Amino acid sequence: MEEKFKLDRQTIALRAAKEFQDGDSVNLGIGIPVLCANYIPAGREVLFQSENGILGFGEVTAPGEGDPDLLNASGQTVHPRPGMSCFGHAESFTMIRGGHLDVSVMGGFQVSEKGDLANYMVPERKIGVIGGAMDLAYGAKRKIILMNHVTKTGEPRILKKCTYPLTTLECVNLVITDIAVIEVTDKGMVLKEVAPGWTPEEVQSLTEPKLIVDPDCHEIELM
Amino acid sequence: MPINKIVASFDEAVADIQDGATIMVGGFGTVASCPSLLMEALDRKGVKNLTTISNTTGFGSGVWKLMGYKFAEDMDILVRNGRIKKSIASAPVSAIFENNFEKLLRAGKVELEMVPQGTLAERIRANKAGLGGIYTPVGVGTVVEEGKETKIINGKKYILELPLEADFALIKAHKADRWGNLVYRGSSRTFNETMAGAARVTIAEVDEIVELGELDPEEIVTPSVYVDRVVCRPKEYGGEEEEIDVEAKASHDKFLKRGSA
Repeated sequence: MEEKFKLDRQTIALRAAKEFQDGDSVNLGIGIPVLCANYIPAGREVLFQSENGILGFGEVTAPGEGDPDLLNASGQTVHPRPGMSCFGHAESFTMIRGGHLDVSVMGGFQVSEKGDLANYMVPERKIGVIGGAMDLAYGAKRKIILMNHVTKTGEPRILKKCTYPLTTLECVNLVITDIAVIEVTDKGMVLKEVAPGWTPEEVQSLTEPKLIVDPDCHEIELM
Repeated sequence: MPINKIVASFDEAVADIQDGATIMVGGFGTVASCPSLLMEALDRKGVKNLTTISNTTGFGSGVWKLMGYKFAEDMDILVRNGRIKKSIASAPVSAIFENNFEKLLRAGKVELEMVPQGTLAERIRANKAGLGGIYTPVGVGTVVEEGKETKIINGKKYILELPLEADFALIKAHKADRWGNLVYRGSSRTFNETMAGAARVTIAEVDEIVELGELDPEEIVTPSVYVDRVVCRPKEYGGEEEEIDVEAKASHDKFLKRGSA
């Protein structure tokens, strides 16, 4: 049997960054998404937006270096870039909610067949963090969710219906997990790519809704 | 008489904030954009039963000191000293460790109203702009919609969100002049700009005070009319060396691990 690989955090970010088209404005959420800033595909100019009011910033700096007044949503210092702009919260969320950003990349706990997203609260904890999640999941033209395919105990996170409190209804366009890339369409969830060593059947066995296997389904391409 | 909104000390700046007041606290969550010395002064004053409107409820100075911040107190100083009755916030707890607000919330000692971040900004802005509320599609079909009026506008469902009133807005800016014109720095505008003028009294903590006319009118972010008081951070800050807080060190390590790798 072929050895199975799972994408780690950096590799998931690398795969997600491939989705960014030339000229896209992209919001990167807390966690794995902020890592995407380090993997812009060569030759593409991408504008990153962070909810704390910054657009067009560069890579994350080394820890302890950088300007404390140039932070991303995770509180990490980022490099400035020519063309960068700064603004307040009302403006930042006008940009987010108003549909002015092309892509929002967020972490997730659960995604449903219809593209409902649950990513602000684990029910056992009883307290969640809504933060900018509801606005970000609503506003951007395209929403990409990065998460592990199953929970720590092996339960599917891609479900017919989310069991965790919802962040936003029918908002997700693409899910990139440690073993698959899945597109949410009107017809259902389409399996586009699988991690090295995985078959579509194996991905399906860890996914609750029935996946439509894309005729062109192939191994995840990172470069 | 020349207008002069500059006050001499942080204690003087917060002297009329009474028990039971509703205060807006600017910033995002990271201490760089937080009115840190106003937080300390308000704590020294010993007020109780505050209702706060802010993005987070603070994470404690320990984490920020380890990251090298000189002015390291955030809202946590008010939380841990029992000065808050209710918080209206978008991210009241941390995703990676239990902050003091979460401990008090679990113990039933504080109330919480959690608001999506963009809705929080817009409810604050609505009050600043004299509006009776705003209709937003954010939160439809979620817990946020519960108990609220909704309306279909152009075929789409919106939630009515009401303005947030406050007695004081405590904000952080970079530079001010004696009229109260403000400019900010980098990503530290955050809720500071949004809250300026949204409360009955706006108090701005700044890094530097400049002469009237030194700020380029084209670059002023907060026009003076929104600001009532300006207080400047000292050049030298007498924070003495403290022992490393073990709990803060663990949170800091988690942050670095989660953030950068």
